[in-house]
Amino acid sequence: MDIAPVTSTAETAETAFERPNYLNAAYGWKSWLLTLDHKRIAILYLISVTAFFALGGIFAGLVRLELLTPEGDLMGPDTYNRVFTMHGIIMVFFFLIPAIPAVLGNFLVPLMVGAKDLAMPRLNLASWYVYNLGGLFTLWSIVHGGVDTGWTFYTPFSTSYSNTYVISTALGIFITGFSTIFTALNFIITIHRMRAPGLSWFRLPLFIWSTYATSLIIMLGTPVIAITILLVGLERGFHIGIFDPKLGGDPVLFEHMFWFYSHPAVYIMILPAMGVVSELVGHFARKKVFGYRVVAFASVAIAVLGFLVWGHHLFVAGESVYSATVFSVLSMLVAVPSAVKVFNWTATLYEGSISYQTPILYALGFIGLFTIGGLTGVMVATLGIDPHVHDTYFIVAHFHYVMVGGTIMAYLGGLHYWWPKMTGRLYSVFFSKLSALLIFVGFNLTFFPQFILGYLGMPRRYWSYPPEFQVLNVLSTAGATVLGVGYLLPICYFAWSLKYGAKSGNNPWGAVSLEWDTTSPPPTENFYTTPVVTHGPYEYVREDVHNRLTQEANFE
Amino acid sequence: MNSTPLVAGHAHGDGHRHPAHQFETMEQQKETSTLGMWLFLVTEIMFFGGLFTAYVIYRNMYPAAFAAASSTLNVPLGAANTAVLICSSLTMALAIRSAQVNQRKKIVLFLLLTMVLGTAFLVVKGFEYHDKFVESHIPGDKFKPFNFVLENEHEASVAYAADPLYQRHAEIFFSLYFIMTAIHATHMIIGIAILAVLAFYSRRGKFDSGYYNPLEMTGLYWHFVDIVWIFLFPLLYLLGAHTK
Repeated sequence: MDIAPVTSTAETAETAFERPNYLNAAYGWKSWLLTLDHKRIAILYLISVTAFFALGGIFAGLVRLELLTPEGDLMGPDTYNRVFTMHGIIMVFFFLIPAIPAVLGNFLVPLMVGAKDLAMPRLNLASWYVYNLGGLFTLWSIVHGGVDTGWTFYTPFSTSYSNTYVISTALGIFITGFSTIFTALNFIITIHRMRAPGLSWFRLPLFIWSTYATSLIIMLGTPVIAITILLVGLERGFHIGIFDPKLGGDPVLFEHMFWFYSHPAVYIMILPAMGVVSELVGHFARKKVFGYRVVAFASVAIAVLGFLVWGHHLFVAGESVYSATVFSVLSMLVAVPSAVKVFNWTATLYEGSISYQTPILYALGFIGLFTIGGLTGVMVATLGIDPHVHDTYFIVAHFHYVMVGGTIMAYLGGLHYWWPKMTGRLYSVFFSKLSALLIFVGFNLTFFPQFILGYLGMPRRYWSYPPEFQVLNVLSTAGATVLGVGYLLPICYFAWSLKYGAKSGNNPWGAVSLEWDTTSPPPTENFYTTPVVTHGPYEYVREDVHNRLTQEANFE
Repeated sequence: MNSTPLVAGHAHGDGHRHPAHQFETMEQQKETSTLGMWLFLVTEIMFFGGLFTAYVIYRNMYPAAFAAASSTLNVPLGAANTAVLICSSLTMALAIRSAQVNQRKKIVLFLLLTMVLGTAFLVVKGFEYHDKFVESHIPGDKFKPFNFVLENEHEASVAYAADPLYQRHAEIFFSLYFIMTAIHATHMIIGIAILAVLAFYSRRGKFDSGYYNPLEMTGLYWHFVDIVWIFLFPLLYLLGAHTK
């Protein structure tokens, strides 16, 4: 089998595993379930998050299968409503939001700031249990028939009319929210108070900056969705009128409160992804990320602006034209820091010494897909276009480009990049590049036709459609199949690499940032001695790059 | 492992002069947990903020119904409770002060006193809830409409009071009243539970001028819960209710 060739020396590869590391420090299920080590908790999260991703993927598959034909032949409307709702709820709350922070962030934040662990290890472990507890509530609801409100829980349907398991699902999301808050709180105080000597704010990797910005959004946004969803549960359970107009309430208030969190939640999903891409671009172009400070502040700017745009979800829901105008302008403003990032990544790649390893392929895919997702975002932020495409497949395609084309591409890119750090093993180069290609092609085949469908007027959330839409829907379903294969491959070769993968050595990519300064996998205490940081994370020297490239060529 | 299950969630090793394994110094540990506590309070502000927003919006939409519903609340009991809570904040601060000056017995005393005052608040709140249940002023299917004495005989006011929706609007007030005070009370109960744990550890001599961070963190939380009530009391009991 073809193995990633970039390993520094054979000698370090041999010795790496004999050293005590966080994986061989203790054995048995107790040592995992009661661990306080952020690296082990990251692995626990990886397992849970992957399971939920698979479950959400099955629901996505069912949706695409049903839409293969115009008629509702696989399932009726009631079942279809539940299937797409469960797809949305699982993917948003149990995969996209926790994926990068809880897996990559948990693993990397202490390593990148040169700390022994997160500031509150117990809270960190608790967050994993809380996450799974929330997941259990949601699974219980699925087993009993699921929910049909859409992941948005719009009132009064969710509080008064739906005959499905709204309360238990809402409770599941409410509980899981705490796990996100615990993680974010841990990140912020760790980044503030536990940086290694010499590690100033502008020597931090951009992944830390974006994680920090993400954590701020989580801290400020998640409590609001918690109280909103609590009110939905109370209204449903006790028939008190907060949102139901029949009881004197105001359903638009629900939309405001819901989107006050759920729009920033989009940035909770995309900001860590941008951080990962900044890392990948810098390290694989062997260059300092162009405009480092601007990229760092762009993360913060997105976090701040992200809180001021929720009203663009209410353009057709009864909002005054003045607030709609303000929200429209503010929404377009978010495009500025986002574009800054895209331009700066491109500028970093320009004249870089790019080595086309698997992680950078994912990052390049991210840049392309995110750009399309972002640009269509500006389109739907305009008051003229939104009423036309509102609640159509255009919106579905837009947010999948950002969330799936963006977040999942970056998540996978990050996993491929830090897999040797996490496990000390290399995976198959051929299959990993194949999966990057399959995902990119499959993704575009799935979602690009949906832009056209939406523009032609196909509404979202229907189980059947007029026959003239079938060709594009068949293309989309075919793409989803390719995408599914693309997602299955990494699960297989990552699992394979755990036992059969070649040992990676400490720094298979020759990266210069702090997390690669320790052994791979790292010891429980992360660093043998407290590191003293003297340079930024992307300070590659020209000659070193040249030497490494020669070394790489010799190896091949 | 000798550890305290406190909100700040930090562990310490064999003696309390050593920081937990992830920290270099006691000072770093203290600074970190203090920052963590303040951040936690920020999330609490956002959590209650959602409720306050809902309150402000509905109060603005239905001022007359809100004023009418508000005037059925027992102001003297609410005021007494406010006084009780402010006193409990004082005793909490005195508990920390006692630790700072190494008066270990007084730490326990003031913590217990804080618990007693907190419990007194909850008992009074319980009586208030009881009254509302007796009057059937509880939101939901069993809500019993009440007669509202009109301030003036304007045609619009009379028509509004006669409208069945008017009772619905008053019901929203009671919904918010119960949700806000119940969530506040839940915070009080959690606070009292933490105080009980702290009292237990104080009795075993865990805290002195060298190490009292858990007391200080709990103090922050307790004061926060008090401040929430300081906002709840005028909003729910006083605003516009007794302008006659």
